[in-house]
Parts: sequence; C-alpha cells; structure tokens
Amino acid sequence: MLQTFGSFVLFLRGMVSRTERFNVLWKRTIDEAILIGVDSVVIVSIVSAFIGAVTCVQIAYNLTNPLIPQSTIGYMVREMTILELAPTITSIVLAGKVGSSIAGGLGTMRITEQVSALEVMGINSASYLVFPRIMAALLMFPLLVILAMVLSILGGYLAGTLTNVMTAQDYIEGIRLDFVPYNITFALIKAVVFAFLVSGISSFKGFYTTGGALEVGAASTGAVTNSIIAILIADFALAALLL
Amino acid sequence: MIEVSNVEKSFNGTPVLKGVTCVFETGKCNLLLGGSGTGKSVLLQCIVGLMKPDIGSITFDGTVYTNNKIDIRQEIRRKIGMLFQGSALFDSMTVAQNVEFPLQMLTPEMSVAERRERVEFCLKRVGLENAGNKMPAEISGGMKKRVGIARAIAPNCTYLFCDEPNSGLDPATSIKIDELIHEITHEYNITTVIVTHDMNSVIEIGEHIIFLHQGRKLWDGTKEEILNAPVPELRDFIFSSSLVRAAKRIDEETEGGMAAFAEESESGGGI
Repeated sequence: MLQTFGSFVLFLRGMVSRTERFNVLWKRTIDEAILIGVDSVVIVSIVSAFIGAVTCVQIAYNLTNPLIPQSTIGYMVREMTILELAPTITSIVLAGKVGSSIAGGLGTMRITEQVSALEVMGINSASYLVFPRIMAALLMFPLLVILAMVLSILGGYLAGTLTNVMTAQDYIEGIRLDFVPYNITFALIKAVVFAFLVSGISSFKGFYTTGGALEVGAASTGAVTNSIIAILIADFALAALLL
Repeated sequence: MIEVSNVEKSFNGTPVLKGVTCVFETGKCNLLLGGSGTGKSVLLQCIVGLMKPDIGSITFDGTVYTNNKIDIRQEIRRKIGMLFQGSALFDSMTVAQNVEFPLQMLTPEMSVAERRERVEFCLKRVGLENAGNKMPAEISGGMKKRVGIARAIAPNCTYLFCDEPNSGLDPATSIKIDELIHEITHEYNITTVIVTHDMNSVIEIGEHIIFLHQGRKLWDGTKEEILNAPVPELRDFIFSSSLVRAAKRIDEETEGGMAAFAEESESGGGI
C-alpha cells in the first residue's frame, strides 16, 4: 500500500515536471472539461433533483410532531444538500462515470501502444494525457456540485409542494433560515478535493495498465472502487478538520 | 549510425538480453531477426528508450543515449520515428491529424499551412492522399501501417524503427510495406531498424541482418550471406520454413539460383 502511494506521488511528480507547452495543455484541458463536465450535466441533474425530492418527502414523513414548524423540512433539505449530498453524491456519481472513462481511456491507450508512441516522440505522456484531465476535473467538479445543490433544493421544493406535504412558503422560509455562507465554501472545497482524488486515482490506474482488454476492465473497476473509498475517507477527514 | 554495446536486460531475474553488441548502419534497412521470445522487441524498446538496459550503452551518431541528461535524450528522441506492431494510431484523431500530431508537438514554429502541406506530402508518399479524413477504425491494417510510416517520417526523422511491420498483413501487402520502408530509408538516408521474423522481409529488404537467439547476437551479415551462414541456430530458424527449404534446394540444384532469386526480389520482382 505504501509502495502504491509512493508510485502515485512519483506519477504526479512526473506529470508536472517537463510539461508540454501551455497552449497545448490548455486546449486539451478544454476538450477534457467538455467530456467531464458538459457530458455529465444530465446524469448529475437527474440524480441531484431526485435526491432533493426524496430527502424532502422522507423528512416530512419523519417530522410528525406538530410543535416542529413545517419550515424545518426546507431547512434540513438545504443543510443536507449543501453540506453532504450535493458534493459527495455528485462526486460518487462522477467517480462512476468520469473515473471509469479516464481509466478505460488511458488503459486502452497504454495497451494499444499509443502511450509508447507519445513517449517515443519525446512527449511527456503523463503531462500530455493526465495533467489536462486532472485540471479539467478540478474546474468542472465544483461547477457540477453547484448545479447539484440548486437542483436538489429545487427537487425538494417540487416534491414538497406537488405532494402537498408542505406549502411553498414554508419551504422557502426553511431554505432561508439560519443560512451559513461558509457551508457553500466547505462544499466547494470538498468538490475540489474529490475532483483531484477521482481524476488522479483513475488516471494512475489507467496509465499503468498492463496486459489486455481484461486488465483495462479491471483498471476501470479498480479506479471506481478506489475513488469512492478515497472520497468517503476524505469526506470524513474534511468534516473533522474544517467544520 | 546506432551502436549498441554490451546491452543486458533482465525481468524478475530472468535474463532476456545477454550482452548484445551490434551496429545499425545509416542508409540501410537493418533487420533484427530471430524467433519469438529471443529479445528482439526488448532490444528495440531499449534502443528507443521505452526500457532502460541493466548494463551497456546505446549511442546515436556518437551521442550516448543511455544514462545521459534528459535534455539530450529528448533531443535524440525527437529524431526518432517509430512504426508500432499495432500501428498505435490515436483513435480519436483522423488519419491526417495523426500525421500532423508530431509536427504540432515537436515543431511549433511551423505555420498551419506548412504543417498541412507536410501532411499532404507524407500521405501522398505512402499512397494515402485520399484517406486523410478517415478515422483509424475505418481503414484496413495495411493502411494503418502506412499511416504509421507517414506519422513517423512527418517530422523528418533520422532514425526509423519498425516493430514487426508485416504482422497481421497478407503477403502482398507485406511486400508493399517492406518496399515502402526500403524506399524511404534510401530516399532520406535514414537509419532504419526493423524487428521481424519474416523471411520474406529478409529476402526483400535485408541489407544488414542481425540474428538474435536466446538473448545473444549470434550472427550478422547481408541477405546474400544468410543462407550459407555457419550458425546452426540461424540455419534451423531459416529452414524451418518449407518455402525457404524448397528455395535452398533449387539453389543447390541450379548452382546459385538463390542468389539470383535474391537479386530478382531486390530489383522489384518480389517473392
């Protein structure tokens, strides 16, 4: 395990040493940002809207005490969404979609000698292939998390009002109650950390794939499971450190 | 000229290359010949820098490559073109973009118009002037090899390495690829190293042949000398093919027919 961590650190160091020209990396980063960000908007929107809706309905189901105001439901949806569900669940979804794509793509390039072709040309393959993917993830994860926050709260609003568990006024009152702006900052810090973990781990698993198609599949699976475990550990560590 | 001096390489304690020393001459098609698992591809990967030899040195035109400074190694690498066994074309790019890629990366001073002109020239040189907009998945194995050659020569390489250029190709296409490599080698006076176990290639383009057996260099010479080489392992390798055995028999019966056969193939007659 320690050896793997050491290899990961060396891999990251190799990526930032002897980098390719800025305009080449910038163009690659934009291309990757489209693949990671724009292509993930639909899945993130669906997942976050339904999580907000389900959270709202389930909190309403459990809050039966007439002494607790209905606005508490909106308050709890907001807190759960911003602090935990939007950054963590979105990142876990992206670990599945983006992580497997990164590992599979790099693994295929490795076994079909495309990575070797880059190296023979004198191009730093880690810098050319991995650096833009990590930068794109660092740019797009926070934006997707912000989208997830908005859609979760909107999903909660629609679920609460359409099923008549609460009024729109109560929900909006709850959403605005005791708002702490730092929570948004905290969620975005989590998004950046998770972005680095998902893109870094997936790139590492894909980049060092050896063998054939079976190993590429194994690398993708390993990338997803390792990324999710890393997200959960980092989630706890960040909560303990920053809250 | 590339000089390989006493190169050794082991994997998990198993020696694959055992002190290989050889020279690859400029302006010639140098063939690394040998059976499967004899270390040909490992030697090739050590030369191009994809693997590091445990012992020994590799020199490109007098400049030591192994264990030299990264800048010097990079400088040498930028003079290297390589055709991979599976062609290694970038899936996400068109044929023209594949050929343009090394120019974009290695020669930023070239204008877009100059790059496109060079791409057109290289594609025309390998006979694929109409395939520039196709994706690698849409072209045949032989065409992929041609694109690989075009990509290798696009940045005016000084050294061309080909890892089993005929693998997976039919005999007629194999001959065309061999001829193309041979023509390009002489046209641009580059040092070409070809890893092969195909005797057709030996007869076609084997100007300087190095025979590897169990990680050692056992013989080197020309295609005219190979049939009479006094090395049992080489003779076993060559005459494992019934076609070559038949050719040798004809050679003995006609007293020198094989030499004429080799000459004929060199002049374009084929095998």
